Amino acid sequence: MESSIAPRLQLTGITKRFPGVLANDNVSFSVRPGEIHALLGENGAGKSTLVKMIYGIMQPDAGEIRWNGQPLSVSNPKAARKLGIGMVFQHFSLFEAMTVLENIALGMDAKIHARDLEARIREVMEQYGLKLDPHRTVSTLSVGERQRIEIVRALLLNPKLLIMDEPTSVLTPQEVEQLFVVLRQLAAEGCSILYISHKLHEIKALCDTATILRGGKLVDTCDPKVETSRSMAEKMIGAGLKEITKPAGRSLGQEKLVVNRLSIPGAGPFGIALKDINFTVRGGEIFGIAGVAGNGQNALLLALSGEVLSGDAEAISIDGAPVGQLQAKSRRLKGLASVPEERNGHAAVPEFSLADNTILTARDRLGMVSAGLIKAGAAKTYAGEVITAFAVKALGPGATAGSLSGGNLQKYIMGREILQKPAVLVVSQPTWGVDAGAAAAIHQAIVDLAAAGSAVVVISQDLDELLSLCDTLAVINEGRLSRPMQVAGADIEEIGLLMGGIHGEAPTTPTAELELAHAH
Amino acid sequence: MRIKLEKRQEPSKLMQVVTPIASVLLTMVVGVVVFDLLGIDGQRAVIDIFLTPLLASYKWQDVAVKAAPLIIIALGLSIGNRANVWNIGAEGQYIIGALCASGVGIAAGTAGGPIIIITMILAGMLGGSAWASVPAALRTRFGVNEILSSLMLTYVALQVLSYLVGGPWKDPNGRNFPATAPLQPDQTLPILFSGTTVHLGVAIAVVLPFVFWLLMSRSVFGYQIRVVGSAPNAARHGGFDGNQTVWLAMLIGGGMAGLAGALEFAGSLKAINLGFPSGYGFTAIIVSFLGRLHPIGCLIAGIVLAVTYVGGQVAQTTVHIPNATAGIFQAMMLFFILASDIFVRYRVRFIPSAKAVVQPAPGE
Repeated sequence: MESSIAPRLQLTGITKRFPGVLANDNVSFSVRPGEIHALLGENGAGKSTLVKMIYGIMQPDAGEIRWNGQPLSVSNPKAARKLGIGMVFQHFSLFEAMTVLENIALGMDAKIHARDLEARIREVMEQYGLKLDPHRTVSTLSVGERQRIEIVRALLLNPKLLIMDEPTSVLTPQEVEQLFVVLRQLAAEGCSILYISHKLHEIKALCDTATILRGGKLVDTCDPKVETSRSMAEKMIGAGLKEITKPAGRSLGQEKLVVNRLSIPGAGPFGIALKDINFTVRGGEIFGIAGVAGNGQNALLLALSGEVLSGDAEAISIDGAPVGQLQAKSRRLKGLASVPEERNGHAAVPEFSLADNTILTARDRLGMVSAGLIKAGAAKTYAGEVITAFAVKALGPGATAGSLSGGNLQKYIMGREILQKPAVLVVSQPTWGVDAGAAAAIHQAIVDLAAAGSAVVVISQDLDELLSLCDTLAVINEGRLSRPMQVAGADIEEIGLLMGGIHGEAPTTPTAELELAHAH
Repeated sequence: MRIKLEKRQEPSKLMQVVTPIASVLLTMVVGVVVFDLLGIDGQRAVIDIFLTPLLASYKWQDVAVKAAPLIIIALGLSIGNRANVWNIGAEGQYIIGALCASGVGIAAGTAGGPIIIITMILAGMLGGSAWASVPAALRTRFGVNEILSSLMLTYVALQVLSYLVGGPWKDPNGRNFPATAPLQPDQTLPILFSGTTVHLGVAIAVVLPFVFWLLMSRSVFGYQIRVVGSAPNAARHGGFDGNQTVWLAMLIGGGMAGLAGALEFAGSLKAINLGFPSGYGFTAIIVSFLGRLHPIGCLIAGIVLAVTYVGGQVAQTTVHIPNATAGIFQAMMLFFILASDIFVRYRVRFIPSAKAVVQPAPGE
């Protein structure tokens, strides 16, 4: 079959060079009609660059792309869409204040009357069992529903190849299942799918073939159903994976962080309010907060770090001292460190050197200031310590934060907080967009900090991460926190339902979701 | 062939120096062309405006005296601009500063000496800060845009000035002209070089940039201003209060403008009349940006802008163009410096045009 029909997409010797980086180095693989083909690799492995060239956003420096056997040069995404190449990006391009229909109409290359367009949208949705009201305003939709808009948008063009960039990073387990049903149906109808992900069990469950990239080079094209997750991960990283080692027989210490009836009104029209949040974290405990993006995680981090103050001093206590009305600076002196999810511009200043970035959060705890003047030497020394202790790849303390890769900057930021030996550490998305090697190092550092007696709160969308890291877990949904549960013996289905919000999920889908839940 | 802007990994240090120089050169080139097209000797006009004040040594003292207030005001404005606090009302703060100094002079009567002079200078700074505290309070309390409120207060300051010099503070021996009485000789700033007009204010304008440089690069305050300006969320994360930064930036900006007003009054003009507001407060905005918000940059840019002021007067007599021409050149410089700012963060790349789509898919 493979020899008789020309591949839908064939890449031969694709090379793309950026200043100082070889993003793709002689990459060749092909995708058959109806095949679900995984593109697997760490961050910075060159996956995005590769699909951008297929979708016409960039041009290769060398190599050939063949489409149904014909040589092809796609000059822009519009030309790609015309050929039948669709793409669903990781970050959606949607206008929050407009309806689903208006958003889709805006993205269409051809002008279609709104009524005809709506009819076609309904047709496509029915065909693939996608549930979505075209007249809903986007701001009222969950992330999973927003992704459906992007999928519908791509499907309206009758694609022959659909590129999905990290589609499940923001979905609940149930939404992932629904997405896979759609993708399998598409593939059965002959549409090829190029599926970019780093979640190995998903690739095993969904894909027919996996192409693994490392450092811009193709490492292997394999059958994920035959490989194990571990073997694929090792190909992806190029070295044996380090297991997280948790010291055995830990006993939890005293209550370090107590959050008691914390409520904060939402900021702005689309902000999420925190409603009556209660939890306690003891010394040595790692407390996980799961949830789908946009359910109040950010507001919770800001409330804990002191960037947004609570009306009630007793709402947050560190080591028994109420800090609800203390500013971030004062909370830090009481031993609370935090790492927000956004590295550039929130946790660090991209234009500043690594040394200058230590002053941001470590100046008072580590005595980097005297008489209003900064001790540049102390900042530089500490930056050097962090770089060494956390194996940060950087030119030195003088390198700007913005020049570091995402994983290295995250290691640096985590190191900057952890080496201050905080009593309480609150981290949001510690390994988001971080390669597996750096993620393992960060996880180990969190475990070690807890083992040394600190209380750690990890807010993450990555359920696997929380399950492997945490002792206790709670789910945040629409600004409310579920009751904490022990990770040992936690019920994945229950967590999934809590993440989807068993009470308030979109009115169009609850039956489908419950059926799915019962089916397991 | 396509031209593409590519984001640099880090802002180019070279471009930060090159763009202000290129902006001045471009202004000169465009000036020559435009004036030639208007039938005026453009080359001569540009030479007189930009070069004569530097080449003719007898013009140097004029340049120094005009540069001093520009530099001092621009230093203060640069602090605000770095923190994204946009004080456009330095002209008003400059006027109020001069009026406060004048008030001290009037109250002192015939008394003089260093104590009176220092009091005048301090009163000028306090007056400028007080005037700038209004937009600061409006911004931090009610979220009022400081660009509008600080600008509008300039016009209020003008009214205060014309009321005072035309009413309560009018010189009784001044033949009814709207102007204050001239300062006593021992109430004016000392002259640095006898036989010139170069007063103590010029020395202050030379020293202050280095003080500000130290402040911005080494102090926690400077760090706070820089963080708030380049990453406000990181500043909040680091525990720097946004409102406090607005207050500090406005008070320093107003204080420096007030200082410049007091020095100009006590050093050069010695009396305040309706012609006192000369637009230094607005021109200093150009100085601040041409100097790339760096204290030493402000020192150099202040001299460049002062040259155009002096040169504008030269060109008035040599090629008979109105004095307002200098303003046109100053505005052009601001235009070019703001436009060329993009090259600091982006680089230009020329890309050979891509081949057209060879083969559309069959059945499309």
